Amino acid sequence: MSAKVELCGVTKRFGAFEAVSEVSLEIAAGEFLTLLGPSGCGKTTLLRLIAGFEQPTSGTIWLGGVEVTHLPPYRRPVNQVFQSYALFPHLSVWENVAFGLRMQRVPAAEVTDRVRQALELVSLAGFDARRPQELSGGQKQRVALARALVCRPQVLLLDEPLSALDAKLRQAMQLELKRLQRQVGITFVYVTHDQEEALTMSDRIAIVNRGRIEQFGSPHEIYHRPATAFAADFIGQANLLDTRLIAADGSGARVRLAGGLELVLRAAAWPAGVETALVSIRPEKVHVSKSKSRAQSTFAEGETNMFEARIEEEVFKGATDHLILATVAGTRLSAVVANESALGEIFHAGDRVFCGLHADDLVVLRVN
Amino acid sequence: MTAGKEAGPPVTDRRTAGWRAWALLAPMLAWLMLFIVVPTAVLLVYSFCERDELGRVVYTFTWDNYQRAFDPIYVRIFGRSIGYATLTAAICIVAGFPVACYIGRAREELRDRLLLLVMVPFWTSFLIRTYAWITILKQEGLLNAVLRSLPFGAGPLDLLYTPVAVMIGLVYAYLPFMILPIYGSVEKLDGALIEAAHDLGAGPLRVFSSVIIPLTLPGIAAGTLLVFVPSIAMFAITDLMGGARVPLIGNVIQNQFTQARDWPFGAALGVVFMALFAVTYWILLRFREREEAAG
Repeated sequence: MSAKVELCGVTKRFGAFEAVSEVSLEIAAGEFLTLLGPSGCGKTTLLRLIAGFEQPTSGTIWLGGVEVTHLPPYRRPVNQVFQSYALFPHLSVWENVAFGLRMQRVPAAEVTDRVRQALELVSLAGFDARRPQELSGGQKQRVALARALVCRPQVLLLDEPLSALDAKLRQAMQLELKRLQRQVGITFVYVTHDQEEALTMSDRIAIVNRGRIEQFGSPHEIYHRPATAFAADFIGQANLLDTRLIAADGSGARVRLAGGLELVLRAAAWPAGVETALVSIRPEKVHVSKSKSRAQSTFAEGETNMFEARIEEEVFKGATDHLILATVAGTRLSAVVANESALGEIFHAGDRVFCGLHADDLVVLRVN
Repeated sequence: MTAGKEAGPPVTDRRTAGWRAWALLAPMLAWLMLFIVVPTAVLLVYSFCERDELGRVVYTFTWDNYQRAFDPIYVRIFGRSIGYATLTAAICIVAGFPVACYIGRAREELRDRLLLLVMVPFWTSFLIRTYAWITILKQEGLLNAVLRSLPFGAGPLDLLYTPVAVMIGLVYAYLPFMILPIYGSVEKLDGALIEAAHDLGAGPLRVFSSVIIPLTLPGIAAGTLLVFVPSIAMFAITDLMGGARVPLIGNVIQNQFTQARDWPFGAALGVVFMALFAVTYWILLRFREREEAAG
């Protein structure tokens, strides 16, 4: 059984420091939600508030429609996988996994069954008698998962569980965690500072910055429609352009950049009552070609902003080519070109090129 | 004396490492030789000797001293000493554990200050502190003055020169030796383990019994050894605060060497006493080895 998690106006202060400010968040039952943000942004505090290790200064926390704000951690139907795994060094793998069930006074026969199933679920059958010290990082990780899942929590909390693993294992575990989550159907709340992890696994991502949620949405939404400069910059790369409004209409706007370059925006309506705003575009959405018609032809339909630019820097990275462009008007843009074929265009620093930006890829950012 | 094995320097050159290690070990070996090995050997030799009427040691061979050492009187005193030492260690665990936990979990600046407080008593001579206890516990002492001034008129307690006074003295003297090793274990204890146990449904009591106690056991064991061993042989506190009314084995041995002038018998008691320790220690060691092998 999985449950939804609701945070209503939750604030947590440590002395004068406000770690979490007025956060309201609704996590749907059975979803994989990631709290993504830089270190010190308050994401771990949010997790600890849900787990019950911290009490909010104000606001309430609900699990499956029941208020748990002031319940101690051992009374909440929630289990956590700790960053350090926190496996009990004096207990075997089997006893570690059985710990939660023993605390719940589950009958011995059922404990045996459930522990065996949990260890099978994380492919650790046969490791019963080992001590945590005798396991590799990946195996410890699995024991920690089994230990939490065996209790059948309504919500599973994961605090940067993959941060101690090497890159290859981390990628494998990302997919495995996602598979596991689908299999057990429990609500997962996952904390990480790694944007790639967040994009790979999450149903939805909440971007946390300075104790607040900057943006909450699907990985797709967050990547293609970042709401703030922080969100645009934290996930992937982004060109952030200072723009001034020329004219706004219902579905977009016409803006001018500092150097005089004019762009048409169609991704979202221009915020009301604002003259200037940051506009974001992903580097891979800056289309570059030496021929104007080819730069134009990448866009099937809709409005396109076309202008000339010079390549200032070029870095070949195999699958992609990374370019720094300077437009005639002086605006700098970074662009990523996919090297789809050896027959494709080859760019060098100093080349003059045409740039195409689709009006739908230019996103107006909210000012905080 | 396993310290020799650990004290060797990192071996770089096989030829020089040997004498260099010995050179570094020499002061300690000389010290051990002079103050441990030689006196023990002397004690062993004396324990098989006799004494003449003037209390001089006569170098003959006899088992008599050992026969006397196992006389019921002395066996009872041995037993009583073990009992006192056990009780002292037990009280020190109960009293020291919460203190050690509190210090181990305190903020860093506070922690250093609290540790200092634990060690402050060592700045004053042990004997002076014991005399201070006498002035507290004696009939016209501080404790009774306080009791008399209370409104409900608690009568004066005649604590000094009783077993209770001895226990107070022993616990007072050895409590720091229990607190410090337990503090060491508590400080090393990962807070995430306690949180993990809470998270898995363990209330405060279960966390204590299933996580905190097992993980601080090495500290508790070390503290117990540090308290038990010296308190079993203690004679100053029993003399001063017990008024020699409850002689422990330490007092008996001390008496043989001073008033009774029966060095051979004192030596025999000492040897029996050491043997007792050696056996206990050996059992403890085997027990730990077995536990490590299982772990």
